[in-house]
Amino acid sequence: MLAAVISLSLLGAGLGLALGFASRQFAVEGNPLMDELVAMMPGSNCGQCGFPGCTGAAAAIAEGTAPPTCCPPGGKALAAALADRLGIAIDLSALEDRGPQLAVVAEEVCIGCCRCIKVCPTDAIVGAAKQIHNVLREACTGCGSCVERCPTEALVMRPVPATLQHWVWPKPAAA
Amino acid sequence: MTAPAEFLLLLLSTALVNNVVLVKFLGLCPVMGVSRSMDAALGMGLATTFVITLAAGASWMLEHWLLLPLDLGYLRILTFILVIAATVQFTEMVIRRLSPGLYQSLGIYLPLITTNCAVLGVALLNVQQGFGLLKSLLYGFGSALGFTLVMLVFAGLRERIALARVPEAFAGAPVAFIAISLLSLAFMGFAGLIA
Repeated sequence: MLAAVISLSLLGAGLGLALGFASRQFAVEGNPLMDELVAMMPGSNCGQCGFPGCTGAAAAIAEGTAPPTCCPPGGKALAAALADRLGIAIDLSALEDRGPQLAVVAEEVCIGCCRCIKVCPTDAIVGAAKQIHNVLREACTGCGSCVERCPTEALVMRPVPATLQHWVWPKPAAA
Repeated sequence: MTAPAEFLLLLLSTALVNNVVLVKFLGLCPVMGVSRSMDAALGMGLATTFVITLAAGASWMLEHWLLLPLDLGYLRILTFILVIAATVQFTEMVIRRLSPGLYQSLGIYLPLITTNCAVLGVALLNVQQGFGLLKSLLYGFGSALGFTLVMLVFAGLRERIALARVPEAFAGAPVAFIAISLLSLAFMGFAGLIA
């Protein structure tokens, strides 16, 4: 019994050490630019850009195969930041920016089908079958995936309402 | 019989006559999964060869230096799996470093070598047959060669099948299963090769 415990522990520790050293030895350096871009993306993997998740989009942007404007939830702010990081000039005027948005459930139309709950990448929608759903403001990233899924068009995107907690003084217009 | 001839015979008999995939039916998952293209099949075969050979040697050492002296035979499967998993992890790191393209094309099947029953099967068969270290290594290497051979042959078959006009009901997996069963029948023909 003791011999079994000791020998297995030693075996595990030895193999773990060896693998640890090997992982240092064979470490693969990722593309540092790509890692930086991944950190800037929204990270909700909503898939509206057409790439498999935010990592895929960041890889394509880093390679130059996708424009920095490809992320709808990121909006103008993200596109500007990405272009700034990549050092390229982009035309932001084509990008429609409605400001930060939230999904809102129209309670009189919601039939409680739960489909939006399944597509939400951030689990921001609460509700149960045949119960009116609701969107948690703190969790919603405004990606709009639920809007396409809703069979009764009960989900709409609205600008983030200004509440006492959220309101900030508008920036002065640049002269 | 002289030693080299015996070793050659062992290699041949494990690779062809007692082929792990087509005669013992071990490790079918990667054979069906990664045999769409010759390149991926060759990569998978070589990675598995590396793992099986190393695991055969390591399991012999474990068996004779740890399990038998301490009378821990009941831990055999556990320790073998541990060593195999570590070897696969190591192989994955090396492949990721040396050949990112191969790493991409093998995908999930690379870590799944751990659960490839051919690897554990060869290690356990070695113990069962009471081989020495050198013979264990040879047995492992021979089995792995047989595995790689089948992978390559089957990938070649599937590449040709992909171009053929297969009836709709048989397209995809069914025709692949029929092809591999015919290949298995063909390998049965080696049965009388070594008396």
